[in-house]
Amino acid sequence: MYKYDEIDQRIIDERVAQYRDQTRRFLAGELTEDEFRPLRLQNGLYIQRYAPMLRIAVPYGMLSSKQLHKLGDIASKYDKAYGHFSTRQNLQLNWPKLEDTPDILAELATVEMHAIQTSGNCIRNITTDQFAGIAPDEVIDPRAMAEVLRQWSTFHPEFALLPRKFKIAVSGTMQDRAVVQAHDIGLEFYRDAQDKMAIKVWVGGGLGRTPILGLVIREHLEWQHALTYCEAIVRVYNLHGRRDNMYKARIKILVKALGIDEFRNQVEAEWAHLKDTPNTITEAELARVSKHFEDMPYENLPTNNASFDAAIASDKAFAAWVKRCVHPHKTAGYRAVTLSLKPHGKAPGDASSEQMHVVADLAEKYSFGELRVSHEQNLILADVKLSDLFALWEKARANGLATPNVGLLTDIICCPGGDFCSLANAKSIPIAQAIQMQFDNLDYLHDIGDIELNISGCMNACGHHHVGHIGILGVDKDSAEFYQVSIGGKQGNDASLGAVIGPSFAAEEMPGVIQKLIDVYIKERTPEEQLSTPYVGWAWRLLKHTSMQIKSVQKRKLQHEQLNQTYQRYCFYRRKRVDTY
Amino acid sequence: MVLFKLTGEQTVTPEQIAATEIPATGNIILPLSVFIAKKDALASLMDTGSTGIWLDTHETLESLISAIDDINKLPIIAIHVERFADGRIFSLGTLLRTRYGYKNELRAFGDVLKDQLFFLKRSGFTSFLIRADRSAEDAITSLHDFSQPYQGAADEPRPVFQRYNRIA
Repeated sequence: MYKYDEIDQRIIDERVAQYRDQTRRFLAGELTEDEFRPLRLQNGLYIQRYAPMLRIAVPYGMLSSKQLHKLGDIASKYDKAYGHFSTRQNLQLNWPKLEDTPDILAELATVEMHAIQTSGNCIRNITTDQFAGIAPDEVIDPRAMAEVLRQWSTFHPEFALLPRKFKIAVSGTMQDRAVVQAHDIGLEFYRDAQDKMAIKVWVGGGLGRTPILGLVIREHLEWQHALTYCEAIVRVYNLHGRRDNMYKARIKILVKALGIDEFRNQVEAEWAHLKDTPNTITEAELARVSKHFEDMPYENLPTNNASFDAAIASDKAFAAWVKRCVHPHKTAGYRAVTLSLKPHGKAPGDASSEQMHVVADLAEKYSFGELRVSHEQNLILADVKLSDLFALWEKARANGLATPNVGLLTDIICCPGGDFCSLANAKSIPIAQAIQMQFDNLDYLHDIGDIELNISGCMNACGHHHVGHIGILGVDKDSAEFYQVSIGGKQGNDASLGAVIGPSFAAEEMPGVIQKLIDVYIKERTPEEQLSTPYVGWAWRLLKHTSMQIKSVQKRKLQHEQLNQTYQRYCFYRRKRVDTY
Repeated sequence: MVLFKLTGEQTVTPEQIAATEIPATGNIILPLSVFIAKKDALASLMDTGSTGIWLDTHETLESLISAIDDINKLPIIAIHVERFADGRIFSLGTLLRTRYGYKNELRAFGDVLKDQLFFLKRSGFTSFLIRADRSAEDAITSLHDFSQPYQGAADEPRPVFQRYNRIA
């Protein structure tokens, strides 16, 4: 992974000094709350419901053992000895003290870490596929370009105060795992007809209260121009994005208002001036950064391992874990491993300091001292030998890190919700826990199969509920917490947004509602059908069934006419999506 | 294109333009809307070389450029930022320097605070009127917050990988 040189190190050291002075001035009353807010946000510090929250950047999800040990130490020293891995591959501390944050940043800087631009109206942490560099279906390892983009976006003076937050994702695989279509800019790397690295550029995607999938602004961009082309896009947005209403300030609203063709014209006109200016990436710079992402020194191993095969045959629990948590690797004899941070009944994505130290040690021992954070809020050891899997599993299991539920219903993506976040309308963690307990039977979970369930505590959609096969959204109805359910969302190359079904439900109804949905799903599914199939006729059938089934849970009357209206509304939104987005 | 101010109120009215008093002599900074409306009458004043333009962040550079034959006749362009969080000022400064070749004084005024100064400098600004209730001496120290920025910008177009031979 990328290692800092003295230039990188000086920038984060200078940042610590700058932020220390800003915090001092705020505490001394020299800065108002309004003036301090964008400053602290651009350093990842929110003022939350009960305490500040500090979001630490994990650039494109890569961590070293040394860094994770440091995070564990920081969580012990300055917080309640745990942290929360977020859907943007970052780590959040829920209980730091404002006056401690400069010291936390100083400690982070000793292991080449920071909290720069993890929040605020600026270019945020760049995210990518957790299997970058090792996935068998990878065409291009996007991490070097992600690092080049990270450096370019760090304290970019022109884009320091955008109309709203700005998220970039990069991907280089056949099967998109970085959700590029749900980002302000998505960069999809591929090899063009000349076998050169090229980029398909998506723009204007985003979840939040107006979920929109991105559109292609450019089919083919030579990699050298990635920075200048992004500059053209962000400049048009900075000048013309709305600043009068924060709910209409994301780039997706501008793209929608102008139409993709007009937006593209403006960007291309801007880029005509920017193309080949000094921010054009050089071969030498890409080569320098790429050196940090070269293959690990893999051993020459056979495809199979007898002791591994024997363990699979003799240990059912190990076999179940391998089935869900072990993933293919491009190198023979190696596998990637997901350590689930979703044990049933715990807050999804949380890890204790102790677990962080355990994972850091496991990475050191079995995976070249590196690991990744996935946007599904799990931890990944990317380079494990087949012959080490059993020993790794035993240690992970002893520390609550081997729940064999990756990709299953209880591998819930979940935001911190109303327990912590001051934006939230409703709690999300207790809902996740209640659903996990409802489905706390691994055999049954395996029968249900691959299902993604995502929960957001409010329409800001940090839990990515729109792209969950089942999405749950916390809403506020007359100051009470209710939950809206959507189905049919999907991430990936053929991403789609879920459709809301029925009315909203009370918290205690939710496990029953999900149970009913799953019952109908199991009864109705054909072998080809997945809950995610974005097909109207099928969705309608399911919608009808589930609404009728849910009725009995709710003991409410749902007239056929109402149902029909829901369907009409659903069709309307689908049409609208196709026509206007 | 929709122009709007941060607060949503209307931009300047014809009455306001008509009522604007312009001194006959001295160093003057004219609001762009007044300059455009009274361009012909102001021709001799502009030729003195002591009259600059005041631009607001919701105004477009195109309207300034199309109203003037040589932008470098202006001794100063002063961009007014109503709220410090309005980052359009950075793009306006950058474009004046890199697109339109403006070489003279570029000033930021209005809600100009210490913590945006470094970005303003990098966006091509050369003078700063710090908000009256803040210390300019204190603010000026932030111009040196970072010694080696990563990316090229208006003040230094070369990114760090063009300035140094960085070794992996």
